[in-house]
Amino acid sequence: MGRPHGHVGGSVLGMSPKLEVEAGSFATAADDARLVQSLRDGDERVFVKLVREHAASMLYVASLFVRDRAVAEEVVQETWLGVLRGIDRFEGRSSFKTWLFSILTNTAKGRARREGRSLPFSALVTTDLVDDEPDVDPDRFLPEGERWAHHWASSPQRFDSLPEDQLLSAETFAIAQAAIAELPETQRAVVTLRDVAGFSSEDVCRELDLSEGNQRVLLHRGRNKVRKALERHFAEAELR
Amino acid sequence: MRLSEDLSCAEVVQLVTDYVEGALSVDERRRFEEHIVICDGCGAHLDQMRTTIAVVGRVSEQQLSTEAVDELIAAFRGWQRP
Repeated sequence: MGRPHGHVGGSVLGMSPKLEVEAGSFATAADDARLVQSLRDGDERVFVKLVREHAASMLYVASLFVRDRAVAEEVVQETWLGVLRGIDRFEGRSSFKTWLFSILTNTAKGRARREGRSLPFSALVTTDLVDDEPDVDPDRFLPEGERWAHHWASSPQRFDSLPEDQLLSAETFAIAQAAIAELPETQRAVVTLRDVAGFSSEDVCRELDLSEGNQRVLLHRGRNKVRKALERHFAEAELR
Repeated sequence: MRLSEDLSCAEVVQLVTDYVEGALSVDERRRFEEHIVICDGCGAHLDQMRTTIAVVGRVSEQQLSTEAVDELIAAFRGWQRP
């Protein structure tokens, strides 16, 4: 989805290399042009590779609108047919991925509308922005009156010091996935699009009609809940 | 004017996403980074957030059903170029 958001590997504390964002997921315009030409030429191998490569993200995004897994799958299929029908109109002004997902969200929204499933998204945004759950339990900070009030009572556990096989275990992914599933709808949508499907913030704002500021608040709340779930999980694992 | 413009840890944790998203002002960013380099707790918290983002980025292992892929291949084969 367009440019990578270069901040994940930020400047102060670099991400450990094993979790670096995969550079290959951000195709250049030249890659996109080649890929689209292959599709126009009827290269089945390229088509199947694309279908498989984007299946997970597409299913996730589709399920934001239609919920039902079977319908989500139909939406993905319909999207690819739309891609084939419209392939001659692709001019490379956006990346192929942006184009693909804009077709997907349009298809999914249309499907939701036909099924009479309303999308009270803007109403939900307001609710999900007003969140009573603090980012970090206040008890983790020293109380008012202490010399270091509002500073950590004890340092949180670092995740990057965990053994890789624990950090990247199926169990870890299951915990993260369950935490995402439990997020309030708009937080789930933003976290899914940004962090699972790799959309840029601009793309998410456009697809979900959100302001940059609201998008960021929802992302912050959502990521924090997933972080908490992982923190709990790793703390429990340590006691075992 | 405040004598100390230092951020507390409780403030830093609220700014983490704005920081990783590059949404802080130059001044806020400087104060955030000054805090982070000397505070182990907030360094660990930032690491937790970054690792969370990376883990979530690898969550998606869902695949289309074989039938759905087969149907798409059939559609691709039968796709009539205009």
